[in-house]
Amino acid sequence: MTDAKPKIAEDAVLKMRGIRKAFPGVVALDEVDFQLHRGEVHALLGENGAGKSTLIKILTGAYIRDAGEILLDNESVALNGPADSQAMGISCVYQEFDLVPHLSVAQNIFLGKEPERFWGVIDGRELRARARKLLQDLGIDLNPDFPVRTLSVAQQQMVEVAKAIAVQARILIMDEPTSALTHGEARELFAAIRRLRNRGTGIIYITHKLEELFEIADSYTVLRDGRLVGSGRVSDVSVRELIRLMVDRDIQDHFPRAAPSPGEELLRVEKFSRQNHFEDVTFTLRRGEILGLAGLLGAGRTALARSLFGADPFDSGRILVRGGQVAIRSPGAAIRRGMGFLTEDRKGQGLILILSVLSNISLPSLTRLSRLGVVDGAAEKSMAERFIRELRIKTPGSGQKALYLSGGHQQKVVLSKWLAREAEILIFDEPTRGIDVASKVEIYQFMNRLTEQGAGILMISSEMPEVLGMSDRVVVMHQGRIRAELNAKETSQEAILRAALGELP
Amino acid sequence: MKPSNAFNWKHWIPAGRQFGTLIGLAALCAMLSFSSPHFLTASNLFNVLQQTAVNAVLAVGMTFVIISAGIDLSVGSILAFSGVVMAGALDAGLSMGAAILLGVAVGTACGLLNGLLISLGRLPPFISTLGMMSVARGAALVYTEGRPISGFSPEFRFLATGEILMIPVPVLLMGAVYLVGYFVLNHTRFGRYTYAIGGNEEATRLSGVNVRFHKTAVYGVSGMTSAIGAVILTARLNSAQPIAGIMYELDAIAATVIGGASLMGGEGRLTGTLIGALIIGVLRNGLNLLGVSSFLQQIVIGSVIIVAVLMDTALRKRGA
Repeated sequence: MTDAKPKIAEDAVLKMRGIRKAFPGVVALDEVDFQLHRGEVHALLGENGAGKSTLIKILTGAYIRDAGEILLDNESVALNGPADSQAMGISCVYQEFDLVPHLSVAQNIFLGKEPERFWGVIDGRELRARARKLLQDLGIDLNPDFPVRTLSVAQQQMVEVAKAIAVQARILIMDEPTSALTHGEARELFAAIRRLRNRGTGIIYITHKLEELFEIADSYTVLRDGRLVGSGRVSDVSVRELIRLMVDRDIQDHFPRAAPSPGEELLRVEKFSRQNHFEDVTFTLRRGEILGLAGLLGAGRTALARSLFGADPFDSGRILVRGGQVAIRSPGAAIRRGMGFLTEDRKGQGLILILSVLSNISLPSLTRLSRLGVVDGAAEKSMAERFIRELRIKTPGSGQKALYLSGGHQQKVVLSKWLAREAEILIFDEPTRGIDVASKVEIYQFMNRLTEQGAGILMISSEMPEVLGMSDRVVVMHQGRIRAELNAKETSQEAILRAALGELP
Repeated sequence: MKPSNAFNWKHWIPAGRQFGTLIGLAALCAMLSFSSPHFLTASNLFNVLQQTAVNAVLAVGMTFVIISAGIDLSVGSILAFSGVVMAGALDAGLSMGAAILLGVAVGTACGLLNGLLISLGRLPPFISTLGMMSVARGAALVYTEGRPISGFSPEFRFLATGEILMIPVPVLLMGAVYLVGYFVLNHTRFGRYTYAIGGNEEATRLSGVNVRFHKTAVYGVSGMTSAIGAVILTARLNSAQPIAGIMYELDAIAATVIGGASLMGGEGRLTGTLIGALIIGVLRNGLNLLGVSSFLQQIVIGSVIIVAVLMDTALRKRGA
């Protein structure tokens, strides 16, 4: 990888001065200044609710600012809507993809701006040629004719980037672009970002993964409670300092894993297989233990978890819970055996967004909360409110729709579902994806508490520091098989990565 | 943004939404009271309630189905089929209770069959119930050879013409169906699962709910309320007709949607549905009193449905 030093031109491509935006009852941004230079990757940091999204939405034209000035290349601009913003060369890659699955890579990249022959007839050859050139420039190895649905998440992310810059973007905004990527894939993305930067594009980069910053960002701006609290060069700052700026207090320990005291065996999986997904998987989980499950995207970790939980079928193998063999053919059966599953897709599979926090928390426990099918509303409410208090879920009340909570607090609602059901065998699939630092640490602390109380946690994670910091043991999967079982305290990031890539130790 | 107390009102939108529908109904009644001297009389109002009863009862099952993110196009046909089966049984000399039970059982069975096709057969609800709409209608025609079955005992007709404590029996039946429906939807596991399935089926399944079973049951409920509608209609007409209930599915869907249920699922309330059914009933009645032609009435009612949902969409957008 040729990694040229960032060339920072003196002139700023974007200056935002004194930006203010208020919503009924809350000031989302107050006198915020932000400056982005040509050929710079600028990290925008802050906890959920700090005002990052509002700032971005003002920039993309989704919100209109109440006060303040925006200068693009030293020219004052209005930005009164998304069309304005696009015309000015501001592009954004969002966390959720908006690609059309059945169209090809090239068709997606140029969606809405296809080269035409005449009268709306698309010039297919030109389209493909331009797409190929664009992908080449970004160093992305992708066939422009492939339908997007056949691509991996990482590849789709690349298509999103290509799509965003196909419009000659002056400014590219990337919102948590690596949240669904493994380490290796993130590196590929970083290479593409560096190429863009070296061509002079200004890049605003939003992430919760602080370790990434030091790899990719040149400068940073931190927002807290809608105010600017710090800004500068990444090379002049430490992780600890950034966290202090973001949360306004020292978080001593990123990964507060308490010393484990593994007890009896809770779960044993033997020669567990499902064709094309995972094969011959054997492992055990003890009380009081966090077992990390590492591997690259597509290694079969989520498929394994779903089959264990009865959400998908399996072909062969045995599951033993507390020493006895069990037949798990549905999530209901798994839950009755004391299992709980925190899915990686919080919004799609974990929560019912349009229902209340209360209904979400009580859903798996309704059989216990009802007699002859009639729900005991008072017991249900007191249960939900207990967890809202204990997990410090930020919500105006238990009747609030889950939709209106921020990511970290939504995840706590999902966690509450399983705590309320008193699940002992917990499968956590990417438990902290897209969640701010403070909520992350809270979730880790709850994992500690759970294991102290005798639960066992199987934690799937693509974030190496998390795997190393929170697990007691780590099993590594590669192409559906377990390649290594390591002691988390003695192993290294390199050892896990080697196993995840299928290299034998 | 920080969630602040000022954002609380969002949570109250469903209640506000129904309040709006109620105001719409009140405004409609006020307008009609002014424009027709016959509208605001006890006999006419009971008349409206009686005429609304069948649609309102059908709309209870429809509300369950729509909250679960489904649709049931077969309610009118199931009404006809269970009606003629019940009438045939009465004709054959079965006791009134047994005949009604048989009719309700047939309607429920049709609904459950819909549900099985949807949950086990993985058919889209639209297709499955479209098929049932034709099959049940055909079954009613075959069973009766296309002729109505008429003339029942006074006891049976009491269900439509009788009064208890000055209140017409169909209105009492409607009230009973709503009370039971309300209790089931709001206070039982089944009701909660109905909302959950409509809100996010996969998340509901992963929470340990037997989604297939409950989805099937939801269509069973719709079949059952169709059959109860058949009882009221048959008693009122003193005749069970194989061509009864044509297009009733549309009125039931309209009442549910005017009442605030979302066709995307997860949202809806029976109080709203009742108000929606009353709006349609009052509108029909009022237009008749004002001498508006039945052709023109269709245009007015269609427009009301569209405007109600447009307003709802605008409200939701503002809330989001």
